[in-house]
Amino acid sequence: MSDRSLLSPTGVDVVFALLGAVAAASALMVVTTRQIVHAALWLVVSLGAVAGCYLVLTAEFVAWMQVLIYLGAVVVLLLFGMMLTRAPIGPSDDLTGTNRLVAFFASVAVTAVLGVLVVDAFGSTMIDVSGEPSSAAVMGEALFRYWVLPFEALSVLLLSALVGAIALSKPDEGA
Amino acid sequence: MHLSLPLLLSVSLFGIGVYGLLVRRNAILVLMSVELMLNGVNVSLVAFDVFWAEALRAGQSLAIFVITIAAAEIGLGLAILLLLYRMRGSIAIDEATDLREDAA
Repeated sequence: MSDRSLLSPTGVDVVFALLGAVAAASALMVVTTRQIVHAALWLVVSLGAVAGCYLVLTAEFVAWMQVLIYLGAVVVLLLFGMMLTRAPIGPSDDLTGTNRLVAFFASVAVTAVLGVLVVDAFGSTMIDVSGEPSSAAVMGEALFRYWVLPFEALSVLLLSALVGAIALSKPDEGA
Repeated sequence: MHLSLPLLLSVSLFGIGVYGLLVRRNAILVLMSVELMLNGVNVSLVAFDVFWAEALRAGQSLAIFVITIAAAEIGLGLAILLLLYRMRGSIAIDEATDLREDAA
């Protein structure tokens, strides 16, 4: 995945590359598997590996939020959605459309353009991951000292999403 | 540690998400691909946060905001999908053609 920029790999580099390889490989399984429930379980593996990457990057609080919200809530919601829409158990061929080649070339183009840009711009830049991990205390201070307004706006957004979801899933009245 | 490692992971997650978004027919799988793309963006946000290492913690705060918005999006998206399933009996996205211009 990223051999071309490994000029002098350290231990942290190797751990991150392994976790990243797990994340990317299981993400590939998510978009290619023919069993819909397996896709959700591969998504768990992928998001969990990304949480590990956050830990390596010293983003401790974001990693735990990833585990709590994505692995805990979002995947369970997706599984519930599959159950309620009677998703097919076992392999099925109609999960994937007919434009596979177009999609492949479009995604390869996106990946190539972004990858070349990133390597060209930051190919030799190093970051320091030996510092203090940003724990809940550090992130809480940043959030409530500098980011209070967006934080409150997000709470309103969550409330309106809640109300919207309830309004949508009420038994149809007059429709 | 090289900054390009997390950025390349971010790019590959985003590209894989784009592929799934374009190729999948089942709307729940499309939502999963969107989650993969959002995760790719989050990885680069956190990586740049560690790169700049300033007191605002802008990257990690934005990553948390993105996680929150993704949770709201999944909740609303699934509500819409369940409504679609109740109305049409299928959540294949190429069969939901009510808003097409040429009624074919």
